[in-house]
Amino acid sequence: MSDSEPTALYAAREPIFPRRVSGPFRTLKWWIMGVTLGIYYLTPWIRWDRGPNLPDQAVLIDLAGRRFYFFWIEIWPHELYFVAGLLIMAGVGLFLFTSALGRVWCGYACPQTVWTDLFLLVERWIEGDRNARMRLWKSGWTLRKIRLSLTKWTLWMLISVATGGAWVFYFADAPTLLRDLIALDAAPVAYFTIMILTGTTFVLGGFMREQICIYMCPWPRIQAAMMDEETLTVAYRDWRGEPRSKGTKRRALAERAMASAQAAGPRIGGRSPRIPMPGIEPAAGKPEPARDEPGDCIDCNACVNVCPVGIDIRDGQQLACITCALCIDACDDVMARIGKPRGLIDYLAFSDEKRERAGKSSLSVWRHVLRPRTIAYTTLWSFIGLALLYALFVRPGIDITVAPVRNPQFVVLSDGSIRNAYDVRLRNKHGEDRPFRIQIVGNAALRLDLEGVDATQVPVPADDTARQRVYVIASANTDPALADSTDIRFWVEDIVSGERSYQDSVFNGRTRP
Amino acid sequence: MMDNRTDHDPVTGTETTGHNWDGIQELNTPLPRWWLWTFYLTIVWGIGYCIAYPAWPLIDRATTGLLGYSTRAEVEAQIAEVDARNADVAARLASADLATLERDDPAYHYGVAGGAAVFLAHCSQCHGAGAAGALGYPNLLDDDWLWGGTLDAIAATVRHGIRNDTDDDARWSEMPAYGEFLEAEQIAATTEFVLQLSGQAHDSQLAASGAIIFAEECASCHMVSGAGDPETGAPDLTDAIWLYGGDREAITESITNSRFGVMPAWGPRLDEVEIKAVTLYVHQLGGGE
Repeated sequence: MSDSEPTALYAAREPIFPRRVSGPFRTLKWWIMGVTLGIYYLTPWIRWDRGPNLPDQAVLIDLAGRRFYFFWIEIWPHELYFVAGLLIMAGVGLFLFTSALGRVWCGYACPQTVWTDLFLLVERWIEGDRNARMRLWKSGWTLRKIRLSLTKWTLWMLISVATGGAWVFYFADAPTLLRDLIALDAAPVAYFTIMILTGTTFVLGGFMREQICIYMCPWPRIQAAMMDEETLTVAYRDWRGEPRSKGTKRRALAERAMASAQAAGPRIGGRSPRIPMPGIEPAAGKPEPARDEPGDCIDCNACVNVCPVGIDIRDGQQLACITCALCIDACDDVMARIGKPRGLIDYLAFSDEKRERAGKSSLSVWRHVLRPRTIAYTTLWSFIGLALLYALFVRPGIDITVAPVRNPQFVVLSDGSIRNAYDVRLRNKHGEDRPFRIQIVGNAALRLDLEGVDATQVPVPADDTARQRVYVIASANTDPALADSTDIRFWVEDIVSGERSYQDSVFNGRTRP
Repeated sequence: MMDNRTDHDPVTGTETTGHNWDGIQELNTPLPRWWLWTFYLTIVWGIGYCIAYPAWPLIDRATTGLLGYSTRAEVEAQIAEVDARNADVAARLASADLATLERDDPAYHYGVAGGAAVFLAHCSQCHGAGAAGALGYPNLLDDDWLWGGTLDAIAATVRHGIRNDTDDDARWSEMPAYGEFLEAEQIAATTEFVLQLSGQAHDSQLAASGAIIFAEECASCHMVSGAGDPETGAPDLTDAIWLYGGDREAITESITNSRFGVMPAWGPRLDEVEIKAVTLYVHQLGGGE
């Protein structure tokens, strides 16, 4: 027990200078970066012809008009369950990927990771690789450092403006908005949004980086709770790498181990099994438990140097690790050079780690990916997806909603007949004006009357909702007039296309005491 | 200062704060310094906000803030902005002839929407929020109108009111309290005849003698047929709608003591646009003629 005060309650950020690395995972990350950034920047510019009355932007969130356009799909506010369904699918999809492959979202697809990666690319291009950047960091503010920093920040700022700029194009016609933006003629909210998103992109991608993941983002905590012992995640084969050593110490260890091995006699296999990549057959030969000979880790720090969050994966799984797998590429490269099998750092499940320590071979990738939990997630995900698809294809181009007027429930007319009023909304999802016919079918005692309209037809403008007060009248002393309430069904028919839709409601009669 | 090594947790190697509660040590995992600066920044922002915006409650009001912002002023500005935007259509409604105003005219929609607000503010106390009225207060949804249900008739009723002392043009009529002139038997006979007129169960013998009394005393206003007269506000006694109730007891009461429903004149209180707006609103509730 000590009563001395700790050295500091607050710590400055340790600058991180990730080294360039190449390998299959880096290549995969380049591809994902290209595709995701491409989708983000280019989508608003895709055109889609919907006819004269509707916008021709393929993906458009029209907040003022309360429509969401996605290629051939048009979502109205009352169909927000599609969006809710997609969000649920995104959630379940994240459960699926996290339970199977750990924090792959963080490592490959999260915008924070993708933009940080892009900013690092620029940084490396301007200032050079890890060592050059470290030297530059330590040096004073020379003219060269000022020039390089300004160049880097300018490029970052251009990317940030493009990023913030692309966002607003999703909410308005992109070519028109771009012209307005340049002519300083666009809505203030557009400039404001661009400014905020430019600022956040610049700060989050250029300066905050891993601080966002470690201190701000809730996902590391949530996803950590969704992983289990069968989840494949980036890990260090501790049993194989330790004791790590290099230089003369390593030579001394190796000689001592050689001597003891010769004394013990011949044996089969080694402690360095071939670790398969997905799709490649695992090699024969079982790993042996660690002995006192030097481990495969030569303590070259390649894994640490490439890490974008500045951690040492050899310390085990940790909250800061975004599982970007760049350390795997870095270590595989080193292992290849020193003639050892790949996979000292690898996608590894906790259960495999235990198996390997016990001298058994690890399970195949598919045994980790396909298990009841992931299959359950996939089933749920597919079920929601199919339900949404079904709903999407059966929804009619017209729609009716009926709100009975409750104040009063009914009105007695001069001739003793009972009249109920309904506020009816007619939705025309077509790109042209359509006449709709309203009917009540199946109850001869009920008569329909439309406020202000002589016929039973209502013209509904293109892609719009028409409101119509509708009266239903039951003659005196008929069943519906005397019954407490009678079920009725409103039918609406698009006279042009013949599409029909209905909604049920009730008719309130004169309540007898 | 004690031995430095005891300041570290043996399991994780993390530095401890030196705090110890019942043997539980608090580890020191330092927060990032930028977090601290962000915290200070929020304090500075908070102080600035208190200076710029209304913040501190005083005895009778709050500090106003340097920017002079107030939500009430903002609402007033927004209302003024909407009024300015609607000035044209309001002027159009004020000068419009309601009877010929087209339903797809913007002034019509403006009138119905604005009339709903006028109705809730000024009319709903008696006629009800749904305009269904109550005993003694006419239902404006049905197809029966004491003083006429055309747009012009409704506008006149709104403007001048009914049986009030304040407006010389108020609609006026007064039914005598027949309890002062007729015997109880005569009133009972008239009641039976009125029941017969509206197709309800009645005593036909009494109704026959009541018909004579009706022709003498009542037909001048309620017409021989009993269908009433909107010129004098005499109710139609043949239909199913009764302002004060249509059963034997209620009709007897009406004949004996008469009724005298009053509606104030709204001309002095509402402006031309509001009167026309509420007229349009009432007319389209389902009973307009």
